[in-house]
Amino acid sequence: MPTVLIPTPLRKLTNELEEVSAAGATVGELLDNLDRAFPGLKDRVCDEAGNVRRFVNIFINGEDIRFLEEKATPVKDTDEISIVPAIAGG
Amino acid sequence: MDKPSPFFSNLKCRECGRLYPKQAIHVCDFDFGPLEAVYDYDAIRPVLTRAAIESRPHTMWRYRELLPIDGEPTVGTQVGFTPLVKADRLARALGIRELYVKNDTVNYPTLSFKDRVVSVALSRARELGFKVVACASTGNLANSVAANAASAGLKSYVLIPADLEQGKVLGSLVYGTNVIGIHGAYDQVNRLCSEIAGKYGWGFVNVNLRPYYAEGSKSMGYEICEQLGWRIPQHTVIPMASGSLLTKIHKAYGEFARLGLVENSPFAVYGAQATGCAPIAHAMKRGTDIVKPVPNPKTIAKSLAIGTPADGYYAIHAMKQTGGSAEDVTDDEVVAGIRLLAECEGIFAETAGGVTVSCAKKLIDAGKIPRDGSAVLCITGHGLKTQEAIAGKCGELRLIKPSLREFEEHVYAKDTAAA
Repeated sequence: MPTVLIPTPLRKLTNELEEVSAAGATVGELLDNLDRAFPGLKDRVCDEAGNVRRFVNIFINGEDIRFLEEKATPVKDTDEISIVPAIAGG
Repeated sequence: MDKPSPFFSNLKCRECGRLYPKQAIHVCDFDFGPLEAVYDYDAIRPVLTRAAIESRPHTMWRYRELLPIDGEPTVGTQVGFTPLVKADRLARALGIRELYVKNDTVNYPTLSFKDRVVSVALSRARELGFKVVACASTGNLANSVAANAASAGLKSYVLIPADLEQGKVLGSLVYGTNVIGIHGAYDQVNRLCSEIAGKYGWGFVNVNLRPYYAEGSKSMGYEICEQLGWRIPQHTVIPMASGSLLTKIHKAYGEFARLGLVENSPFAVYGAQATGCAPIAHAMKRGTDIVKPVPNPKTIAKSLAIGTPADGYYAIHAMKQTGGSAEDVTDDEVVAGIRLLAECEGIFAETAGGVTVSCAKKLIDAGKIPRDGSAVLCITGHGLKTQEAIAGKCGELRLIKPSLREFEEHVYAKDTAAA
């Protein structure tokens, strides 16, 4: 299963785990499955309309999904997914 | 631990308003919105008067009640209060009535505005007990973290894109810091830093210490107001990388008005970017606040090459709210801007300064900044750091033998004939 790196603000939901595994053929499916394992997680990453929040970036092997197919971006078992707060740098 | 500041109480999410303690955290647990320092302006008003400020040393810390640390500053105590230059020759060249240059090319100690933010971030890092400090940088910040950490006796790591200018790499290495070059663009450096900050508990000035760091930029705005004779400038042109400096200068003007230190006069802020990485300017021109990231920035203005600007959204709102606008310029225009500033005012700015000057020219030519107005250009870093950008593009060295005849033949005769 793909590995997902969990940022500090979400670790209260993952029992402080920094890294979890989740199944899913796309980023969207993976987020749904993550939410089943760690209830509430999807609400934090996505807004009411289900879109990734303005201040959240999701990367697959370092590539921002905004440059790929957003939540429809396909995910492979060997991929590393990072959820990273967008407010940093500059 | 220092006694808590009576003026700075909490961090607060800019999106949902949830309050947080003054720790090394930078985003809201709930919606990932940015956390910002909250001040008690009613407590500050009677203390921070014009007379009080004028009685203090000429550094950015003369406005310390408006900066988010608990005790006395311990790092970068000499930073700031750089010259505000009345730029009459540049004003004539750009065709505007009155023009000032806020000259942070001579900021202490590392010749860029980043010393302001680092001074606050590292003073706060010490208060919070960090032993290792770090940053993700396009160069200037790396220089400043390295120098200020060295003087404070803190261990530091600076992470930069691998392709930065030599001056900026050497300008970090010399302080004995750990310089890590990342094969990738700034945004990839930034992502890595977010992950490192979460894992090792280091004090990353622009990640987990960002709420403190970012506030340091306000001091540039305070100084501009004070140096103009306690007034807010009508028009301010500001280079944008993350967009943070623009939002903080906007905030600084508002705070000074709120505290009664200046008249609450109308003002506009304008953002400047390089065309090869202009996500904020392009969104502004499209009339939207949705900032489309630039995956592969391509510009000589490397210090501004942030493809995913953290404060882009807020910068757009600050420009819109004040009636300002954004502009972007090509690499050739960047070089022309550097030369114009140097030739008119004797100020050698890095590429970001060229961006600001040339964007100001476009804004004035387009009538967005009126010719009968008064403007301030924020020049944020020194040209000696980005020499590659102008090498071969500003005249040539003329070589002669140590002979009066050669001087007369090759220099004097030619120059008098040309004149």
